[in-house]
Amino acid sequence: MRIDGKGIIDRTRPVSFRFDGREYGGYKGDTLASALLANDVRLVGRSFKYHRPRGVLTAGSEEPNALVEVVGRTNQTPNVRATVQEVFDGLEARSQNRLGSLRFDLLAVNDLMAPFFSAGFYYKTFMWPRAFWEKLYEPAIRRAAGLGSLSGRHDEGVYEKAHAFCDLLVIGAGPAGLMAALVAARSGSDVILADENPMLGGRLVSDLGHVGGTPAAIWVAAVEAELRSLPNVRIMTRTTVTGAYDHGTYGALERVGLHKPARPNLPRECFWRIVAKRSVLAAGALERPIAFPMNDRPGIMLASAVRTYLNRFGVVPGKRVTLFANTDAARATVRELMAAGVQVAAIVDPRPDASSVEDCPVHVGAEVVDSRGRHGLREITVRKGAEEFRIETDCLAMSGGWNPTLHLTCHMNGRPRWNEDLAAFVPSEGAVPGLLAAGAANGTMSTHGALAAGRAAAVEALEALEIRPAEVAVPAAEDAPYAVTATWAVSGTKSGAGGRAWLDFANDVTVKDVRLAAQENYRSVEHMKRYTTQGMAPDQGKTSSVAALAVLADATGRGIPETGTTTFRPPFVPVSIAAMGAGGRGAGFAPQRFLTSDQASRDRGAPMTEAGLWYRPSYFPKPGEATWKEACDREVMMVRQAVGVADVSTLGKIDLQGRDAARFLDFVYTNTFSTLPVGRVRYGLMLREDGLVLDDGTTARLGDSHFLMTTTTAGAGLVMRHLDFVHQAFCADWEVRFISVTETWAQFAVAGPRARELLSGYLGQPVELPFMGVAPVQIGGVEGRLFRISFSGEEGYEIAVPTRYGEALFRDLLARAETMGGGAYGMEALNVLRIEKGFITHAEIHGRTTAFDIGMEKMVSAKKDCIGKAAAARPGMVGPEREQLVGLKAAAPISAGAHLFRPGDTVERVNDQGYVTSVCWSPTLNAWLGMGFLLDGRARHGETVRLVDHLRGIDVPCEVCDPVFHDPEGGKLRA
Amino acid sequence: MPDLIAKPALDAAPVTRGGATLALLDSGPITSIALFPGGEKAASKGLKTIGLTFPGPGTWVAKDAARIVWTGREQAFLIGAPAPALDGAAVTDQSDGWAGFGLSGPGAEAVLARLVPLDLRAAAFPVGRAARAALNHMSLVLLRTGPEAFELYTFRSMARTAWHELVEAMEKLEARAAVKG
Repeated sequence: MRIDGKGIIDRTRPVSFRFDGREYGGYKGDTLASALLANDVRLVGRSFKYHRPRGVLTAGSEEPNALVEVVGRTNQTPNVRATVQEVFDGLEARSQNRLGSLRFDLLAVNDLMAPFFSAGFYYKTFMWPRAFWEKLYEPAIRRAAGLGSLSGRHDEGVYEKAHAFCDLLVIGAGPAGLMAALVAARSGSDVILADENPMLGGRLVSDLGHVGGTPAAIWVAAVEAELRSLPNVRIMTRTTVTGAYDHGTYGALERVGLHKPARPNLPRECFWRIVAKRSVLAAGALERPIAFPMNDRPGIMLASAVRTYLNRFGVVPGKRVTLFANTDAARATVRELMAAGVQVAAIVDPRPDASSVEDCPVHVGAEVVDSRGRHGLREITVRKGAEEFRIETDCLAMSGGWNPTLHLTCHMNGRPRWNEDLAAFVPSEGAVPGLLAAGAANGTMSTHGALAAGRAAAVEALEALEIRPAEVAVPAAEDAPYAVTATWAVSGTKSGAGGRAWLDFANDVTVKDVRLAAQENYRSVEHMKRYTTQGMAPDQGKTSSVAALAVLADATGRGIPETGTTTFRPPFVPVSIAAMGAGGRGAGFAPQRFLTSDQASRDRGAPMTEAGLWYRPSYFPKPGEATWKEACDREVMMVRQAVGVADVSTLGKIDLQGRDAARFLDFVYTNTFSTLPVGRVRYGLMLREDGLVLDDGTTARLGDSHFLMTTTTAGAGLVMRHLDFVHQAFCADWEVRFISVTETWAQFAVAGPRARELLSGYLGQPVELPFMGVAPVQIGGVEGRLFRISFSGEEGYEIAVPTRYGEALFRDLLARAETMGGGAYGMEALNVLRIEKGFITHAEIHGRTTAFDIGMEKMVSAKKDCIGKAAAARPGMVGPEREQLVGLKAAAPISAGAHLFRPGDTVERVNDQGYVTSVCWSPTLNAWLGMGFLLDGRARHGETVRLVDHLRGIDVPCEVCDPVFHDPEGGKLRA
Repeated sequence: MPDLIAKPALDAAPVTRGGATLALLDSGPITSIALFPGGEKAASKGLKTIGLTFPGPGTWVAKDAARIVWTGREQAFLIGAPAPALDGAAVTDQSDGWAGFGLSGPGAEAVLARLVPLDLRAAAFPVGRAARAALNHMSLVLLRTGPEAFELYTFRSMARTAWHELVEAMEKLEARAAVKG
């Protein structure tokens, strides 16, 4: 019900939204919860376990009951708190966790079975038969117990992540936070003021108090205007600080567009990482419910929430309100209701010494012990001494006192302290380095106290930063002492009816469950939590944890400090993964690296394959070719018989210079480079410190103290890191410097018997470079480099030019090759060519193979030390017991990943003889070829082994042979 | 005789959105100068011939169009001028390895706040500062060239991704500004 003249909603801007398919009206400034209450909709959800009808309990992000699904054009977001979601035109929300309609949820049958569903029910009941758990019990339980549902589609919404830095982060913009921000702002420091509400003020907006002699709202507006006018202040509304991390880093979630209809490019949420030199936690306090029997009906709310709905939204959640509270402060709620013309049925105050002077009936020393009303509260039962009586009421405002919102102070393992006077935990000092708690978050409950504490915290933080704090007077405000007598749980009626008193509304945990846990010896608070699931819902037990452990303390005969508390972990409120991973969906996951030949390759219809982050052509289809294999076979034969061109720019290139460069290469490679003449290239093998192979490649000597190393495409970053490590850790004083030039040069392989002819024609002079030679070349006016190296087994060259000329060179080379019966070849053909020649890639040097395994132990020089040499000589690193590189030849298709067996053996793990790393169909040899590792393989050439791949259903005999199938003497390379 | 045509890293017209303008830079030659142990004196002598000194950590210095930017321990990039003859350092051409972007305008800092995890407030990162950092997942050399102006250099092969991510951040800021209030 909406009250005229109350609230700060914008009544000039009505909005229309839908809930469970029905259209409702609200105003800009309404939350979904306030708008539904204004429309007298009290039932908004079903509880987690018992499917009990539930309404709105709170007016903030701690809401355990009113969780809904918000459905957008492209998004379906479950578990949205109706108390946080603002309404807008076209908002579509629906209730969740129901089977059938919200009013007639078929799963409400669970409530009738409640006597069986006590804590530990599943553990005790679904033990047998064991196999039923996964197939039957768990799916059925998950169907019945649960939260909202997902659409099953990709979340294509726009999300954002961002970084921010400041001197002082103020968390919460209530009286303490505003005061802290004001002092810091006037002192000239960089301030970020974050609050999860759409507006500043905190409780000052919800409670009709006065600050500095003016209504609180006017004071808030004046402070906000000043803060907004200052360049050193950033105000972040709708932003919840979700976690405290090392070095003053805080996570925060900003609801950027969730309160608006979706529009292009507007982020739904932004996940902030805020780094602050100091911070003030002014997050206020959370009111706690009282666990009385049947305290979960729609219409039973926190007193502070009733007050917020009245003063901020102009909404009264009932026509006849009752208050059940154990503090004087809570009485303001009913006084304001009465002032607004709302009927108040009674005040029930459990404190025997409480005042009974109010303009409505007051029952002191009394308790609410039962309630009635199926889909909403209708009546309560009150017990006073031996007497029990019923009161007709449709809204019960309850308050069991307040818990400081200290969650962030626990995020770095801080343990809160118990404060007997407040009957609440308060933050431990220094729990998060650089963070000061102030105001209600620190247990200071009066408005004046909060204002003063906010100022004091800012002054302390600024002084620590050696910034002179500005003089700011603390305005006058309400300063009543906070008196509370702990009231955690109330026992039932004399007749014993009702019985269940909820502690954790979100996970349906009752007082009885906690007592049962204690009785079954789950006496530690951590065990109780896990046994009952109290505090394990998305709200992390914000409204229930302290009461639950108080009940546990009572049941185990200990005090609350001895019982202790479970800890709170980040995030303070649920954070969507989409926000944390903003931008990382699909192609946004990683950068894309494009070759200079990219467009030319795509123009020729080449499908691109991702290798590392690079996009490389798989093959270049010609008209009439139906499969990739046809194109690949043609490209292989083209290289073997004429000439092929391939972009090999993706290989890592590292430029090394300095007097000690040769010495450095001797140290990182197993073989010797100091003896390499200028103008020559040598193949090198690099080991990790543990003696296993790291990478391989060629290194050219460009000058006396100038080398150019190449690495594999995938190993480029790895090798660079390894070189940096070796240099910094072992030989920092050597005169050697190196830098990646991968991106600086575009490099193309020109391979095949007509490669020299192509290059000689193109360069306009005969190419006379010996095998493994390197020389500068002039390509028109461009300085390039020509290498005679081969990864194909044919006479091969690689020609390099500065990257800007890459595309032009590629097109020139291709045009020439195509007139000579050649053309471009892709990754597929490149792979076949190297397997035919027995050249290894990271398929073979996969991190578990040694130089011995791949047949290169002779490349580990005996004359010098190198990284990994000693480790490679450990027992077990060489010998017949190791799987060694072999070639495999078969008449039928074979597969990489298959395992090898002796023909007579059964196919089982104990008989495993090795595995296959690379395979291809060889159009050159008209056979299936493979490379793999076989126990004592080099001694077994000529043997037949059985190749089995259960995944692909392959079982083929293979001949074991030398891995070099094509031109084993290397005559073609040296031609 | 071959006549190779040079191509830029990316072909894109400047974009202005969300209070920032993004444009490709043609910065001229880029040369890495990596000091050998004890080589600073000799290298500085060479740099002096074009009016520059070796920059301190996290800074850059300029003389006319030539700038020298700290890019790592004992390493700097000379941008916008050919490298002078110098001793005491490894000199490596990097001209074609990097794509340069200029980002300017009142929204430039906010755009970078979406992609670079550094404190780029004017007090912490004033004009004359340089940093090696990450532009989202990409390697970045970042310079502040004016109160509202930055230069960014990423690997040339990633230019398309860098451009895309910067423009996306600008679009989001523009959409935010459009719904303010």
